[in-house]
Amino acid sequence: MACQGLQKGETLASLKTESDGLKKKLEVERGKLNDVELHQVAEKTEVLGALSIKTRRVLKGHGAKVLCMDWCKDKRRLVSSSQVRTSTDLWTREHGVSLPCTWVMACAYAPSGCAVACGGLDNKCSVIPLSLDKDENLAAKKKSVAMHTNYVSGCTFTNSDMQMLTSSGDGTCALWDVESGQLLQSFHGHTADVLSLDLAPSETGNTFVSGGCDRKANVWDMRSGQNIQSFESHESDINCVKYYPSGDAFASASDDATCRFYDLRADREVAVYQKDSIVFGASTVDFSLSGRLLFAGYNDYTINAWDVLKGNRVSILFGHENRVSRVKLSPDGTAICSASWDNTLRIWA
Amino acid sequence: MTINTLAKGGWHRDQMACFRKMEKVIVAMQDPDMGMKMRNQRLLITVIPHAMTGRDVINWLMQKYNMCEEEALHLGGMLVRYGYIYPLKEPRSLVLRADESPYRFQTPYFWTSTRWPATELDYAIYLAKKNIRKQGELMEYEKERYSVLHKRINHTWDFVVMQAREQLRASKQRRKADRIVLECQEQAYWLINRPPQYLSHDPIMQGCLPSNPWISDDTAHWTMNTEVVPIPSRLRVERWSFSFMELLNDAMGRREFMTYLEKEFSAENLCFWQACEDIRHGENSRIVEKVEEVYKNFLAPGAARWVNIDSKTMDKTLKGIQHPHRFVMDDAQMHIYFLMKKDSFPRYLKSDLYKNMLAKAIVPQEVKKSVFPFMRRQRHSSPSPAQAVAQASEEEGRA
Repeated sequence: MACQGLQKGETLASLKTESDGLKKKLEVERGKLNDVELHQVAEKTEVLGALSIKTRRVLKGHGAKVLCMDWCKDKRRLVSSSQVRTSTDLWTREHGVSLPCTWVMACAYAPSGCAVACGGLDNKCSVIPLSLDKDENLAAKKKSVAMHTNYVSGCTFTNSDMQMLTSSGDGTCALWDVESGQLLQSFHGHTADVLSLDLAPSETGNTFVSGGCDRKANVWDMRSGQNIQSFESHESDINCVKYYPSGDAFASASDDATCRFYDLRADREVAVYQKDSIVFGASTVDFSLSGRLLFAGYNDYTINAWDVLKGNRVSILFGHENRVSRVKLSPDGTAICSASWDNTLRIWA
Repeated sequence: MTINTLAKGGWHRDQMACFRKMEKVIVAMQDPDMGMKMRNQRLLITVIPHAMTGRDVINWLMQKYNMCEEEALHLGGMLVRYGYIYPLKEPRSLVLRADESPYRFQTPYFWTSTRWPATELDYAIYLAKKNIRKQGELMEYEKERYSVLHKRINHTWDFVVMQAREQLRASKQRRKADRIVLECQEQAYWLINRPPQYLSHDPIMQGCLPSNPWISDDTAHWTMNTEVVPIPSRLRVERWSFSFMELLNDAMGRREFMTYLEKEFSAENLCFWQACEDIRHGENSRIVEKVEEVYKNFLAPGAARWVNIDSKTMDKTLKGIQHPHRFVMDDAQMHIYFLMKKDSFPRYLKSDLYKNMLAKAIVPQEVKKSVFPFMRRQRHSSPSPAQAVAQASEEEGRA
């Protein structure tokens, strides 16, 4: 469909002008539906008081940059990677087993808590079942599920242990059946590396959003593989996307040093979180449980907490000694975990 | 209003349409020629102007809209529930009585449609005024809200108290009858429009009870909130009322809802929904067998747990079953989901089962961080979920 040859009278230049013209028309149509700005509606909400968030745990033990982490549903364990460190119990600080997988850029905990997925520069995403026996050779039980033609940048299980969604440097996202390794659906539309994805917490559970180096954030229908919505307002690579708890909106973090908030029903960007003093790119975002706060990790080693509705920054968290690569809220909302290139993980509450 | 607009949160727009209709009725009722006859009502020793009896309201509705008494009672009841008419005696009982009980029209200033959403600041000022005026006469839930608000918007508390004092002072200038009228109006408004409480459920913003385990080193919060507990916490049970999704996402909530449905003889709906979820997220290899099971149990004519789907969806689903795939049950599943959401879920929230659960639920005492940090509590490791599953299958094997 996208690969017809040029018709008579068309040139690449004329097609490009036509496409730009259409994009402008779309923006005008979107603008017509816009009735009120978010910050105007937010005027009625109360101002947030000062938050006192501090580091409560520091986890050392990784011998290299920590690129990714994910919480277990039991709220106290997590999996983290550069090398994959499975089920570190944060509470007692006992480490799980380290797996000799190198080049891991993405990792995820299975909903049941019985397995962990990891993938990265090996172009694959594998699933490792967790067992009680600490001496068991877990590396041997590693099972390849996803196969891409470039690095795997993000992975997540859908509502069960049986299906996995991945995003890749090859510009696509894909849905896999874990048991058989079969590709169930692939998602084409990004024109550059896809760096992040997030599943929608919706009642029908059928969509997800992805963000990439083409500065676009795309919303996809998992059943049909179609790109149902697209947002292009960032000025540089989108490093991370995350849904708002209600599922009607999502936030993105980008190398252009801003985070943005997009409303799916209004079909447009509704807020930009930026400050002149924030110069370095944002690499990761996550919401607090109610969605009122947005935590963003930056390449200047800090984490900023933003008031989602009013658009102002509420707090800065200092502590890491190198880039923050991932922030994630614990499943019950009691704490935020951050992973960093300074080889540590921190828990904030 | 379709399934799609409901799903995408179009409720506010639809509510506004209802408000407009109710307001039309109210305006007609107050029409000087064709409207209701008002009289002065005595409340204790003060005379309240422009009041009517419940019987007047019903008679007027019956006459104007040519309806029977039952319907007039129902419509009138709605007008009271949404705050357009409020009772002078027993203000907390928002019902329309077909007798001599006195009622008044709410001033448009306080109509839900004009003042939505009710802000926390306004509510705080209202409670502060009440507290100052009638020391210690706040209701239980009002006292709770007052202290929660006091903590939350503490930084603007001076403003709240100042505003409250100002408003009380200004009202003292008015005639007693007007003052009582205004107080009634305001009270009626806040009975209906309590601002929604979501922030109290956000641990990072509001803290959590008894304490955030990461701060106090005390795992009580986690123990109280494990998947299945004998008595759940108050916040957890409240959360079930936010949306149908919240109820289903909580294992205990789902169990409670199932119990309720069993009483209503519609438990097959939830079982069907769960079975469809299993197909959607399960292994590829078992899809065909699972679809067969679902057909046998829920869809086949004369099935043991037959679910009520409209004929169009049923035809489409039955056709799809001949070539089963992961999403073949989607339409039927959505139909049953929204049936439960629109019908059973609201009734569950009003049911004794839910109300008892809410009443029994624990509100844990706040536990501050230990003053003696060197008395570090023993940190116990919990079994990894993988262990739990292995143990369960071991036990199964033995049985």
